[in-house]
Amino acid sequence: MAFIPHTPDDVAGMLAVIGVQSIEDLFDEIPRELRTGKLAVPPAMAEMDVGRLLTERAALDGRPMNFIGAGAYEHHIPAPVWAITTRGEFYSAYTPYQAEASQGTLQLIYEYQSMICALTGMEVSNASLYDGASALAEACLMAVRANRASNSRRILLPRAANPIYAQVAQSITGNQGIVFESVDFDPVSGLTLLEYLQPYSGQDIAALVVQQPNFFGNLEEVDQIADWAHQNKILLIAVVNPTSLAVLKPPGQWGASTDAVRGADIVCGEGQPLGVPLAAGGPYFGFMATRMQYVRQMPGRIVGRTMDVEGRPGFSLTLQAREQHIRRSKATSNICTNQGLMVTAATIYMSLMGPTGLARVAAASMQRTADLVTRLTRVAGVKQAFTAARFHEAVLILDRPVAPILAALARRGIVGGLDLAERYPELGHALLVCATETKLAADIDAYAGALADIMNSSRAAA
Amino acid sequence: MTELQAREPLIFELSKPGRQAGTQFPPPVDGSAQIPAHLRRATPPALPEVSELQTVRHFTRLSQMNFSIDTHFYPLGSCTMKYNPKACNSFAMLPEFLGRHPLGPEPQGFLACMYELQEMLQEITGMQSVSLTPMAGAQGEFAGVAMIRAYHRARNDLGRTEIIVPQAAHGTNPATAAMCGCTVKEIPCDVDGNVDIDALKAAVSPATAAIMLTNPSTLGVFERKITEVARIVHEAGGLLYYDGANLNAILGKVRPGDMGFDVIHMNLHKTFSTPHGGGGPGSGAVGVGARLRPFLPIPIVGKDGARYRWLTERDLPQTIGRLSGFMGNAGVNLRAYVYMRLLGRDGMVRVAEFAALNANYLMKRLQAAGFEAAYPSRRASHEFIITLKRENRMYQVTAMDVAKRLLDYGFHAPTTYFPLLVPECLLIEPTETEAKEDLDRFCDAMIAIRREMEQDPEKLSSAPHTMPVRRLDDVRAAKQLDLAWKPAA
Repeated sequence: MAFIPHTPDDVAGMLAVIGVQSIEDLFDEIPRELRTGKLAVPPAMAEMDVGRLLTERAALDGRPMNFIGAGAYEHHIPAPVWAITTRGEFYSAYTPYQAEASQGTLQLIYEYQSMICALTGMEVSNASLYDGASALAEACLMAVRANRASNSRRILLPRAANPIYAQVAQSITGNQGIVFESVDFDPVSGLTLLEYLQPYSGQDIAALVVQQPNFFGNLEEVDQIADWAHQNKILLIAVVNPTSLAVLKPPGQWGASTDAVRGADIVCGEGQPLGVPLAAGGPYFGFMATRMQYVRQMPGRIVGRTMDVEGRPGFSLTLQAREQHIRRSKATSNICTNQGLMVTAATIYMSLMGPTGLARVAAASMQRTADLVTRLTRVAGVKQAFTAARFHEAVLILDRPVAPILAALARRGIVGGLDLAERYPELGHALLVCATETKLAADIDAYAGALADIMNSSRAAA
Repeated sequence: MTELQAREPLIFELSKPGRQAGTQFPPPVDGSAQIPAHLRRATPPALPEVSELQTVRHFTRLSQMNFSIDTHFYPLGSCTMKYNPKACNSFAMLPEFLGRHPLGPEPQGFLACMYELQEMLQEITGMQSVSLTPMAGAQGEFAGVAMIRAYHRARNDLGRTEIIVPQAAHGTNPATAAMCGCTVKEIPCDVDGNVDIDALKAAVSPATAAIMLTNPSTLGVFERKITEVARIVHEAGGLLYYDGANLNAILGKVRPGDMGFDVIHMNLHKTFSTPHGGGGPGSGAVGVGARLRPFLPIPIVGKDGARYRWLTERDLPQTIGRLSGFMGNAGVNLRAYVYMRLLGRDGMVRVAEFAALNANYLMKRLQAAGFEAAYPSRRASHEFIITLKRENRMYQVTAMDVAKRLLDYGFHAPTTYFPLLVPECLLIEPTETEAKEDLDRFCDAMIAIRREMEQDPEKLSSAPHTMPVRRLDDVRAAKQLDLAWKPAA
């Protein structure tokens, strides 16, 4: 029997202790008429047979060469990361409710929080949320609670920020009356220029979201944006890529140093680039950090360092008065887990890479994307969309619809990028591409060669 | 007694400037020179600088400071800490699955697994459709209540914003209701742990959006009057929400759909044995009856002929929308799929049977040893409650003391102080994967602790004695906040 250790003797002995004739008797409180007949579910398979089935299914999916980013990035994952993360002591433990028997998980989360603070330049981090998109939704709800200078539930959300995040934020916060106002981007630079924000100056607005780098890969003028937000008593929510923070100014330092208020108020983002595989979309994890003054408004688990009764240092879950199991309907969120295992992987990843390794990953990814753009724009009918400086993604404009080109590339084993036609029709035939340190010169050559081939032959056919 | 790793320095304390795990780094290039100076980082982030071996040793040693299912009996009530089969992880981590970008061409092999998982979950719960998108039980709850709100709104029945929950409900139920812009009305349970039917009748009104119920309840007993509860709520125009926290107890025995529920969320990390991972990732798939199908969160997996594809807002224009950047915790769902194929039809029924056998056996043995069951006249479901109110009066020991002392005996503690309405309670869920010998060892420990209560209660109130740390100062933790290591200035 699958995973059931009982022998017939065990069962007989246990039933005798309980004082019933059969296991069936244990279900005698369920009304007869409700009882289920035979389930229409396939019969059991041995591990060997399930292994064969899954291997066949995996082979169907193959291993194409990927050039999509758009919120999930393919990076090298060091072998120790998942070798240690899948140790049973991490993999099969639960939330550290019994702190004394969970010091490993608790210390690891404390180290994780410290690393997120180091990367973002913020004072406090939580133990993680579900993913980047839902972290933004939680950040928006938090900003409305935290911004005491505002009575508004309006939040400014640039169109140059990830449009999927915008959808998720809308679904999660909509029932609480949060209203998102979309802010346009400059079609030449691909940036959220200050002039698009200025019409909102002096209005009562709870928060402004800015994504750095933005969805197109462009580097926003975050200092100007941060200063404008603070001048208007608007809380600034920064959505950032953690890899980029090895080389980009951390959100805690955005804005003029002379102003009393400096930096973003809430920082969040997708943690997946830190050692978590693409895996068809999850599990990933969202990170969130803020100023100490807002810590009680932050959702999610938080670990603190304290002392035991003998004065030895130890770690425990803290500030639990914010959470659902204490506050019930008054909690900061209904969330009651973090993405513990993903945080384990990310903490090991950040330890292995350190400041130097992470900066090298960032620089190499920027270089590969620059190389990719150079090569692809040499193909007739392909040009760059925007002029701004960028991180490791770029928008290309094709002289014809993108979807058939991507389909043709896919037949050659290349996932060529994300078609933006539906989400940004005003850009024309736009394609979002990304190359990380995992793409070698030969890979970029292969993509450019295939694209030239497909574009030429489809032109010939036309 | 247990032997855990005693103490491990912070990784930052192992760090030395210039030390590297260099084999993991890409070659240096000048890529970041393209960053305009004012957008560049001035000083590197204070991440640790350690070698690969130091990293491996540090995190291996941290792991050895944990209790886990793989190392310890973990009867944490309401959490279903059963064995997580290794095959589920191995097959979900095949390189083709791990390498797929979520926005790339629709992966037919992976989607075939997800489609079949949806179908199996529908059948097991008696629901019409399933969405695998919610990323945890709490997000599944959110999706459920958001669908209920969308349903009433679509019927222009705008006054229905009240959610009824029994007093014993998990804290996420009221928190979820609040996140969905609803108010909460709590109703009491009777002495046997059933919903108080008269209180329910008095509570329903034209403002009732739904009732949220767990069955078997958080009190560890089956809600026998469920059909009547369903009738009362439906007649009042409300819907029934099933919190799947305790689905393990009834798998293949009775289906929420047949009990009259309109929507359910499942905790795949409980019933379908995906890892708890130190607190996540979970997965909170939702199932719905016909009325709520149009509102399901997207994406879900559909099939056109032989081809699988994502169904989006184009297919479900009334959807409550997206809850995650892509499609939820895909890899967790894949692990649940493998588990269900390993178990098959008969294996699933055995889950409930042996979970109930273990729980009822353990309850009877503990009662025989002098412990008081909170609901002695009832069958245990897959879990049961011991109340220590008598011991508390006689020996001044608390449920927390017993929980901490159990750690010294090598057992993870049961859930303590939940549900809130039973004083000094231990909620004990052994699960079906534990052998009789392990249950007996747990009983022996409880009997030994009982003897200590009488002879040396100080042994309990000062427990644990053998863990890496003694009891921690939670007040200090919350007052003198130390939430991150900082480099020396």
